[in-house]
Amino acid sequence: MLAEVSNLAVAFPEGPWSWRRVVDGASLSVAPGEAVGLVGESGSGKTLTALALLRLVPEPGRIVGGSVRVDGVDVLAAEEAVLVRLRGATVGHVFQETALALNPVRPVAAQVGEAARLHGHATSAIERLVDELLGAVGLDASSMRRAFPHQLSGGQRQRVLIAAALSGSPALLVADEPTAALDAVARDEILGLLDRLRRERGVALLLISHDLGAVARSTERITVMYAGETVEVGPTSALLAAPLHPYGAGLLASLPTTGAPGEPWHAIPGRPPRPNEWGRGCRFAPRCPRVFDRCRNARPALVTVDGGRAVRCFLHAAAAETDG
Amino acid sequence: MASAAPSVVLEARSLVREYPARGRLTGGRAATVRAVDDVSLHLDRGEMVGLLGRSGAGKSTLARLLAGLEPADRGEVLLHGRPLGAAGVGPRGARRRAVQVVFQDPGAALDPRQSIGSIVAEPLVVHRLVPAAQRSGAVAALLEEVGLPGDPAFLAGRPGRLSGGEKQRLALARALACEPEVLILDEPVASLDASVRGQVLNLLEALRGRRQVAMLLIAHDLALLGRACARLAVMAAGRLVEEGATGTVLNTPRHPETIRLIGAAGTGSVETKAREIPYLRPEG
Repeated sequence: MLAEVSNLAVAFPEGPWSWRRVVDGASLSVAPGEAVGLVGESGSGKTLTALALLRLVPEPGRIVGGSVRVDGVDVLAAEEAVLVRLRGATVGHVFQETALALNPVRPVAAQVGEAARLHGHATSAIERLVDELLGAVGLDASSMRRAFPHQLSGGQRQRVLIAAALSGSPALLVADEPTAALDAVARDEILGLLDRLRRERGVALLLISHDLGAVARSTERITVMYAGETVEVGPTSALLAAPLHPYGAGLLASLPTTGAPGEPWHAIPGRPPRPNEWGRGCRFAPRCPRVFDRCRNARPALVTVDGGRAVRCFLHAAAAETDG
Repeated sequence: MASAAPSVVLEARSLVREYPARGRLTGGRAATVRAVDDVSLHLDRGEMVGLLGRSGAGKSTLARLLAGLEPADRGEVLLHGRPLGAAGVGPRGARRRAVQVVFQDPGAALDPRQSIGSIVAEPLVVHRLVPAAQRSGAVAALLEEVGLPGDPAFLAGRPGRLSGGEKQRLALARALACEPEVLILDEPVASLDASVRGQVLNLLEALRGRRQVAMLLIAHDLALLGRACARLAVMAAGRLVEEGATGTVLNTPRHPETIRLIGAAGTGSVETKAREIPYLRPEG
């Protein structure tokens, strides 16, 4: 595996003497060249899990459990110097808030050049590299030398960030909600760009998104998170055809295309629990249509089942409890 | 142009809204951008109309014009055939109150320091809709209508601790306090988690049926609009480029922008993917 997170736990201070786990039981893997979708609701821990790949969990958060391996490196035990090398050169991040991730008073081509410089490219080579990277993401290099972020559309800014992330020639591109702020046409174009970069450069993709359609289109495998833990993993087509976890089934039923005009909309009752509302049992139990006694009293473990799939649910024959 | 049939509640006639655009892209010259360019549109009583278009097409500006939140440079907005008044109280204010807007980000639209009860009560007080003695009962009834608790403890709380879906319900309760005839919903579920979107959409549908409110639903999600709306309007570069019954627009689109939007929405459909072996679609 190129990147592997196992049973990750991340905690934030809740008061002077207490910590609250906001991620607890997150597992994720990405093989070289593979595209993996990380799906879940806001607050489910998707972004923190992806940041943990490079030990970038924001202060005052702490990684308090589990393991993270990237390109053979034990990330949680690694020296800072090793992590600096991994950041950008092995894993490149593209963030959702394009307006915040770019400096508003510098032309965008210069910002891609700055990223290239940080990744150790020689000054003499940077101009050509920037032209090549901007071309690769479908932008005109000469106009980008004069353009400031506010003059670009959301889709164009997203392309600039992807170009900057590619400047370290990463083996894995982490794209955190790259299409959430875009309209349908720009969304389609950015997903097409990510697909093409994978084909042409062999870069692996971790696509973090609450947009099931985007993940369906552009990934081979899906990891579903709910309330800080991984609840299901499987090949994209198999998982979307028949999710094993009732949460995934509820999400699919909630899509606008599941149902005809005039029919009531499906929704999972209630709302996702906040970390201080996680009980001792399954975290989805209060909203689950198939809940039974055991779900309320014990927490299921993430167990491997046939077909390269894994699920955290007592409905499955292989189900086991976790002491976590 | 829309006819003045009795069922028409809100009618926009040839609306134009221009903004100054100055900067490098115009070579430093003063110029204007037509955010809304000669748009005519009507909403019938109790009808849900979908408005789609790319970012920057002018959807949100049109929404503000329809609600009287900003003036049109040309054209007019008619409520029951009479011009929509400016903001305020009195007879013209009462007409403007009849058109309410609910925005995408419910958190930003709610004052974090105000109690939930006073957020809903404010329009009742400002527009003198309910005598003081009956106000708390009216607030509780409005909250219960949108599926929130109406008890005193909930009314005393602040909006900060509510989930996104609960905040959007609260924003709807405040809009309903104005006894609107038209609700303009600008991406009302886009910021909500997928598993709870249906709760808010069902609520909108129930309000439409019960109160016969006309609704203009602005959204990027074509599948959502296609299912929720009987009629669709498409905007591009400030203009209304296509309008018609939902089935007609989606099955036989005529304007290139409509065709483009439908094409973009069609890729990445979960149903398609589930039937196929993993694939990568070439960039179109």
